Amino acid sequence: MRPNRSKSLQSNTLAGWLMSGPALLLITLFLIVPFLLAFWFSFTNQRLISPNPTQFVGTSNFEQLLGVGALVLEPETAADGSLVVADDGELSYPRVREFTRNNPDFQHLNGMREWFGWDWGNSKVLVLARDLVFMKALTNTLFFVAVVAPLQSLIALLLALMINQKLLGINVFRTVYFMPVVVSIVVVSLLWRFIYDGRSGLLNNLLQFLSFGQFQPVDWLGNPDTAMWAIIVMSIWQAVGFHMVIWLAGLQNIPLTLYEAADIEGASSWQKFRFVTWPGLRNTAVLILVVITMQAFALFSQIDVMTNGGPLDSTQTLVFQAVQRGYEQQNIAGGSAISVLLFLMVLTISLVQRYVTRER
Amino acid sequence: MKSLSILAATLAFSTAFGGAAFAQTDLTMWYHGAGSTVERDLINGIITDFNGSQTEWKVSLQEFPQAAYNDSVVAAAVAGNLPDIIDVDGPVMPNWAWAGYMQPLQLSEGALDGFLPGAIGTYNDQVYSVGLWDAAVAMYARKSTLEKFDIRMPTLEEPWTREEFDGILETLKASGEFEYPLNLGMADQGEWYPYAFAPFLWSFGGDLVDRTTYETAEGALNGDAAVEFGEWWQSLFTNNYVPGTSQDMADHETGFIDGDYALQWNGNWVAVNTLAALDDDVVFLPAPDFGNGPKIGGASWQFGVAATSAHPDGASAFIEFALQPKYLAAFSDGIGLIPATAEAAALTKNYAAGGALEAFYALSEQQAMLRPVTPGYVFEALEFRKALSDIANGADVVDALDAATDAINADIARNNNYAVAP
Repeated sequence: MRPNRSKSLQSNTLAGWLMSGPALLLITLFLIVPFLLAFWFSFTNQRLISPNPTQFVGTSNFEQLLGVGALVLEPETAADGSLVVADDGELSYPRVREFTRNNPDFQHLNGMREWFGWDWGNSKVLVLARDLVFMKALTNTLFFVAVVAPLQSLIALLLALMINQKLLGINVFRTVYFMPVVVSIVVVSLLWRFIYDGRSGLLNNLLQFLSFGQFQPVDWLGNPDTAMWAIIVMSIWQAVGFHMVIWLAGLQNIPLTLYEAADIEGASSWQKFRFVTWPGLRNTAVLILVVITMQAFALFSQIDVMTNGGPLDSTQTLVFQAVQRGYEQQNIAGGSAISVLLFLMVLTISLVQRYVTRER
Repeated sequence: MKSLSILAATLAFSTAFGGAAFAQTDLTMWYHGAGSTVERDLINGIITDFNGSQTEWKVSLQEFPQAAYNDSVVAAAVAGNLPDIIDVDGPVMPNWAWAGYMQPLQLSEGALDGFLPGAIGTYNDQVYSVGLWDAAVAMYARKSTLEKFDIRMPTLEEPWTREEFDGILETLKASGEFEYPLNLGMADQGEWYPYAFAPFLWSFGGDLVDRTTYETAEGALNGDAAVEFGEWWQSLFTNNYVPGTSQDMADHETGFIDGDYALQWNGNWVAVNTLAALDDDVVFLPAPDFGNGPKIGGASWQFGVAATSAHPDGASAFIEFALQPKYLAAFSDGIGLIPATAEAAALTKNYAAGGALEAFYALSEQQAMLRPVTPGYVFEALEFRKALSDIANGADVVDALDAATDAINADIARNNNYAVAP
């Protein structure tokens, strides 16, 4: 019987290809071909609108995006060699633009902008970026992923543990937690803009009410210090239900007999979680971590609807920049280069995650 | 069976020949105003009149929401699917003409006589587009407020100076009666920023790009005049004279009418509603003069012919047909826009002599300045918007303007100085 069965499976390869055909075709058409095109465009000067022919420009798009430089600023000295001290007791430094704009002695820094810096004795060490907006988008995205991936998976797990109990009306809670997932992210973003409104937003009103009027209203999306956090909180809330359901599926796959055995052995709740539940969720955990990481890297809609990357680039992200450049700025080559970099980053991180969480 | 095929053949022949003899050639038109029933009725009225006026052409309309319109045209152009007649935002036209999406109009001699300069879209000495209307921006105020705080009513000849304007904002702020003295409309983060705020920069003496060559922004967008403008711009926000970039769209729309804002810098398209709410208490004042004369932006949506149109003569004929004063007047009465000619203005309710919006016609005629007429404008507008948002949010003025300048110069270089393709 056995060889027969495997033979019958193989003899139907045509049917197999036919059935997967439509999906493969669509994936090729809408994922693989565009990506290969983007890869090619990132080495050219392709424009969205232009009568000029496309030219091959090598890696200059990537050099433009990733270019960094360093500059050491010495404090200004008076004629007698003493340091100039301003009224507030601070040393005064020359402006960065004196070095980065049309200065023949600093050709390699031309057009760069200050990214960050630190004090070194009396001097200031500055790191300059050729494309500051891209660098901010890159760091913001990494920050978003670093906060959202662990936090969202943890909260989703806690919710899943909560709703996995056999209580009356538990389905109501399951629905409530899952509801934001089915609402379009654009609609959710629009609604949360009202919640975060600096003048009469729900959040400010609530905090003022709870603090008996002590709380000073904050312009959540208009303040560079709070804007990214506002996006993070809202994003976690919106997508947490989805991962909760995956956790729940994992939880319900754990055989009840294991829990019964643990009960017989007199295990505490924590011990049951540590030695039964958690090992049983291994594969689920890997899946969730990879999925959340990839989703977090794709942060776009919330930014597009709520902040447009502002204020002061505090919510710029890679996907938002790719879309902005490719479409709004008509610079397909620049947008493609960002997409390729993003792809390489996500691929690397996913491979590392797979390696770290592999079956040993 | 045989009789059936004969019947079919007869039908086919009669349709083909009959069609050639009587049918009109189809022309398609795209318009950006989906969602506005007033605009659809107006456009459809013109199309019905045109189709009935001759036997050669038959125009049909397809509407798009404004937010998706430009993208649709660009996508259609890439796919080779443009209609015959398109409408185009005035400052975007050079970009589309340069890219080969549009062709010059074939209008008869003198068809554009008496048109407001902002309604005529010229690129490389050829007319590519023409508008049935122009738009203008004015400072909305209440007579009662001006009187209460003893504020001088500015005129076209004697607009507010910079000192006067700053003083007025200070007075209104100090009164404590308003949430903010002025509403600039920071919530409207689209073409509004360059359209409404670049005129301030021009009045200071700066510009988005050097208009002698259109090849660099250096010195125009980051020169002394521009930096002075940037510092003034930032002071509006640090002094809490205006709401910032996170302003709510609803506050922007109703704030002036509700009395939360004392003054409002807004376009004539909200004038009809404001008049309805505040009656004759509202006045429309000219832009302040920041040193180089008061300025406002010119050019609104205009009609043009796609380069791929097989019947440019028919498309141009429709556009010329639409330029009749009665249609210009109808659009003005319908949505408050400025009729493109004085003749049409005389036919309107609001822009005729003594009309409630007469001030706008004079504003458009005397102060309107076109946004840089270059294919690069589309990019320049984005960088200008970003610089203004960043400065409003506290960025260093010089650095923000430098960054915009560099980005614009890099874009111009990437496009071979936007030279016209040979």
